Amino acid sequence: MQLAVNIAVLTAIYALIACGYVLIYRVSRVLNLAHGELMMLGAYLLLVTAAQFGSHWVVAFAAALGLSGLVGAMVYLFLMRKMTGEMVLAAVLTTVALGVLLRGATVLIWSAQQHYPAERLNITNFAIALPGGARVSLCAALLVATMVLVYTSLFAFLRFGRWGVRMRAAGQRPLLAAQRGVNLHVIYAMAWGLSTLIGAMAGMLIAMDEGLDQTMATIGLKAFPAALVGGLDSLLGALVGALIVAAAEVMLIHYVDPLLSEVVPFAVLIAVLVVWPWGLFGTREELDRV
Amino acid sequence: MSRVPRASGHFRTGYVQDLKLLQRPLERWALAALLAVLAGLPFLASPFLLDLANQVFLASIGSLALMVLTGYAGQVSLGHAGLMAAGAFTVGILAKELGAPFWVTLPAAALVGSLLGLLFGLPSLRLRGLYLAVSTLALHFLVVYCGGEYEARRGYSTGIVIDPPSIGGYALTSGRAWYFVLGLAAAGTLLLCLNLLRSGTGRAWAAIRANETVAEALGIGLAAHKLLAFVLSSLITAVAGALFAYYRGFVSVEAFSLFLSIQYVAMIIIGGMGSLLGALLGALFVTLFPYGIEAVLGALPGAQRYAGVLFAVNYTAFGLVMILFLVLEPLGLVGIWRRIETYFVLWPFKYRALAGRQR
Repeated sequence: MQLAVNIAVLTAIYALIACGYVLIYRVSRVLNLAHGELMMLGAYLLLVTAAQFGSHWVVAFAAALGLSGLVGAMVYLFLMRKMTGEMVLAAVLTTVALGVLLRGATVLIWSAQQHYPAERLNITNFAIALPGGARVSLCAALLVATMVLVYTSLFAFLRFGRWGVRMRAAGQRPLLAAQRGVNLHVIYAMAWGLSTLIGAMAGMLIAMDEGLDQTMATIGLKAFPAALVGGLDSLLGALVGALIVAAAEVMLIHYVDPLLSEVVPFAVLIAVLVVWPWGLFGTREELDRV
Repeated sequence: MSRVPRASGHFRTGYVQDLKLLQRPLERWALAALLAVLAGLPFLASPFLLDLANQVFLASIGSLALMVLTGYAGQVSLGHAGLMAAGAFTVGILAKELGAPFWVTLPAAALVGSLLGLLFGLPSLRLRGLYLAVSTLALHFLVVYCGGEYEARRGYSTGIVIDPPSIGGYALTSGRAWYFVLGLAAAGTLLLCLNLLRSGTGRAWAAIRANETVAEALGIGLAAHKLLAFVLSSLITAVAGALFAYYRGFVSVEAFSLFLSIQYVAMIIIGGMGSLLGALLGALFVTLFPYGIEAVLGALPGAQRYAGVLFAVNYTAFGLVMILFLVLEPLGLVGIWRRIETYFVLWPFKYRALAGRQR
């Protein structure tokens, strides 16, 4: 039972992060390898807002989320917009460089030591006993709830929302979408903002649960195989991929070797890519530009 | 390799002349002068400078290999550090377990490298672009994990210590001796790459990079040439890793983080994609960059404040420089160099004639 709970929590973490990769890739065909670092930045922003509005945790959360969404949009407007029309590889490497930059900058600003935003917000992270003898911490339960909420609203947004439809259109045929009056730059900036916001949400909850330091960016990178396994342009795929990767990781750690945790997602990734190069739910595409 | 006429009045009149690596007397003199400086350097430089030069040589071997793979054959790899780790660990394990000398371990590292290259290259038959980059990234993690597992299982949790290679009782320990060994290795790699790239194989790679479909239609075996690119590049990289292990006398997984892969990619980006000179310039730039940052910080007031977070300053500045190059100068250092060269070649005119214009 505990095993199932662990899988559910890890699935929630991976799914929340993976949908950031999927959103950006689906809309702008850019692979954002700085997602882990952006998510870490979101968690650090929570530290700042917690210092500002320590007594009102709702305000602190909302402010940090708003800021991270803004940061994401800024990244597009001031950096990735310049890479339009460049090689796909150049755009990816720009995000890699951004990740390196953010890693350095967060240490410079907040130091490399571990922080505990939960304490700053006076939230006690108590354990909840579940039927079957399993236990789950409050923040981990919140992670699962957030994941469900985020995915339902994202599905609804992309399916029915006016801006969601525009986003899908921009992702499918940018040229036609632009001709129909969709402002591509606004859409792309929105995708980056939304993706960073959701990533930051995951980052904040993980930081509340386990503390916050530089290792968080690594979690972001480990969630990336989940996005690829499901197919980089499918939200449902991200969910399924997260489940597969999380289940494999928890099982192998439990039954084989705890040291495996670092490498399982990548082993799953290779296994899947060899059989289904475009992931389980991804659309087959021609990638001629490198 | 397209060549711009480098000086007025210099025309090639035959194929033999066209194939020469050094075409003009000036180039020959420049090379001779460079060699003289490089040969004299170890007798004048301090041990610290010598170590820097050795690091640059090692980095150049790796960056040349990556340049051939990514810059010429067009196959993206983010797993370069994994291959270096494979070479270094082959040396470490063979030397530690069997006490093997260097003339066994180096070929073994080359063999492991080429086998891994085959493995790294297999996804390239089905995957392209981003997906390929990602699968090499995944393989990097697998290789490094295996190395770490070996360290942990055998109880070398801090790393493996390796004795310096010795020939007939003479151990290679002094920085000066290493300077010549690594310098020759780098020069050999450069020559190998230069000649490979102007052979049929090199032209096939260029065709694959330009357009796979067209290349296949022209009768170029896609799978064989892609795999060959991976195998050759990985072989050179693994040997570079092995040399690195011997030079440091120490192997540990910490040295082969993802950041090292990023640094190698940065070398070929900053140096300039699709140019061997770029690979060398990039290796020089990226290797010396952290020392430059340290020197600058040391010169600034309040240097103590940054002493503890030097690596963070380094990361920040490195990321920034990489972004600046990607956004402002996609052709890299070579692009800047060519612009200056063109300026002088064309002087007093400003623009190259449009017909037959070269990049």
